[in-house]
Amino acid sequence: MSWKELEQAAVVKGGTSASYQVSGWRVNRPVINEAKCTNCLICWIYCPEPAIVRHEGGKVTIDYDHCKGCGICETECPPKAITMVREP
Amino acid sequence: MTQAQTVRVSALQGDEAVAEAVRQCDVDVVAAYPITPQTIIVEKLAEFVADGRFRGEFVPVESEHSALSACVGAAATGARVFTATSSQGLAYMHEMLYNVSGMRLPIVMAVANRALSAPLVLNADHGDMMGSRDSGWIQLYAENVEEIYDRTIQLFRLSEDPRVMLPSAINFEGFILSHDKERVRLLDEEPIHRFLGRPRPKHRLDPDEPLTFGAIATPDTYYEFRMQQIEAMNVALGVFDEVEEEFERFSGRRYGAVDAYNTDKAEQVMVINGSAAGTMRAAARAMNAAGENVGVLALKLYRPFPAEQVASHLAHAKTVITMDRSLSPGAPSGPISEDVKSALQGAGMSRPVMSVVYGIGGRDLLTDDGRKIFAMAKEGKSFGPGSLMYGVKG
Repeated sequence: MSWKELEQAAVVKGGTSASYQVSGWRVNRPVINEAKCTNCLICWIYCPEPAIVRHEGGKVTIDYDHCKGCGICETECPPKAITMVREP
Repeated sequence: MTQAQTVRVSALQGDEAVAEAVRQCDVDVVAAYPITPQTIIVEKLAEFVADGRFRGEFVPVESEHSALSACVGAAATGARVFTATSSQGLAYMHEMLYNVSGMRLPIVMAVANRALSAPLVLNADHGDMMGSRDSGWIQLYAENVEEIYDRTIQLFRLSEDPRVMLPSAINFEGFILSHDKERVRLLDEEPIHRFLGRPRPKHRLDPDEPLTFGAIATPDTYYEFRMQQIEAMNVALGVFDEVEEEFERFSGRRYGAVDAYNTDKAEQVMVINGSAAGTMRAAARAMNAAGENVGVLALKLYRPFPAEQVASHLAHAKTVITMDRSLSPGAPSGPISEDVKSALQGAGMSRPVMSVVYGIGGRDLLTDDGRKIFAMAKEGKSFGPGSLMYGVKG
């Protein structure tokens, strides 16, 4: 696009990455072993992204569109219910 | 021409003149961190707030990086915003300088020019602003305290013009001008407000309609965004003349992008900016009274660079002297010298140019020094590669 047509100062409508897939660089993905999970929510607290999704009744799942694969949840999980596995 | 009533003639230091101008310009937000020799500006504004004489928001911050960051947020809401700094403080702002110009925020900043560490020095040279030369800010160098006052007012108008929307810096040498007390004819506030109007940005930060400023660009768009800044700078050169004309209408005062003394007749013409321009003009006047024929071109507006005006004022000169109050180690010559040579070449003119570096770290340049430099140029000395490091103890 010509510089004459571009919006000045790169101003765009505000928003978040909620509707985008922002996990492209992930190498290992966390997988929850539901049998071991006690629903303590430590992973939900420690996750630096909003990638641990908390459901009614306390059950947690992982939002793989926003998980960057940092592995903090695996390290912090008290019952060792989370394992990082290689992306296919 | 309608002349404004001059409210009062006051004796003000350069820093005080800036603070007074900011107080009168209906500024909404000031965020600044004190640093010698700019300190008086911040102190004076804080005093105005305490005395209820300044209605704007005064944000004390913990650093210059934060000062300019706070200014970014404030200016993005459409507020009129001011800050001030010097030397290391400007260096610490460096990252944010580009954000301000890139987000097209019309912030006005006063820079009481001071040399950079190391070794630590408090006195003036232009090295601080020259280090930020390419940051996309309009840059102006004042020559005396009244000009500092006038230019501060003018720059709000220039920066906020919808055709420009670029930040600007009013430069004046630390101590030499920041702490020098001079006669200033202060203007009425009402015509200043009429002259300035209010900022009219196309976009404003608003919690009800969230916007992102300076969103990410790609190799496909970054160049074009920056091209818009280049064009705005080119446009600013013309708008600058309009602003000066409007300002003259109510103040009776006009300076020009350059100020020419005897350049249409002189054989040697010196190009110089800042306070030393006045000293050199005095030297030139005395020399001409004694039968010499020299001229001085005071460079007021530095970015955008008034290349055509500079070249046209040098058309008569047999030799040109360029004066740089900053160091550019390893460069072929100082930044002003290179700009002047480039302006000459752009106009298809070839002149011997004597590049002089002076006044580093606050060293004085007196009328006698002017006489010596003009004499050297007449003899054809130092046309050289590189610059004459005038006054260095060898």
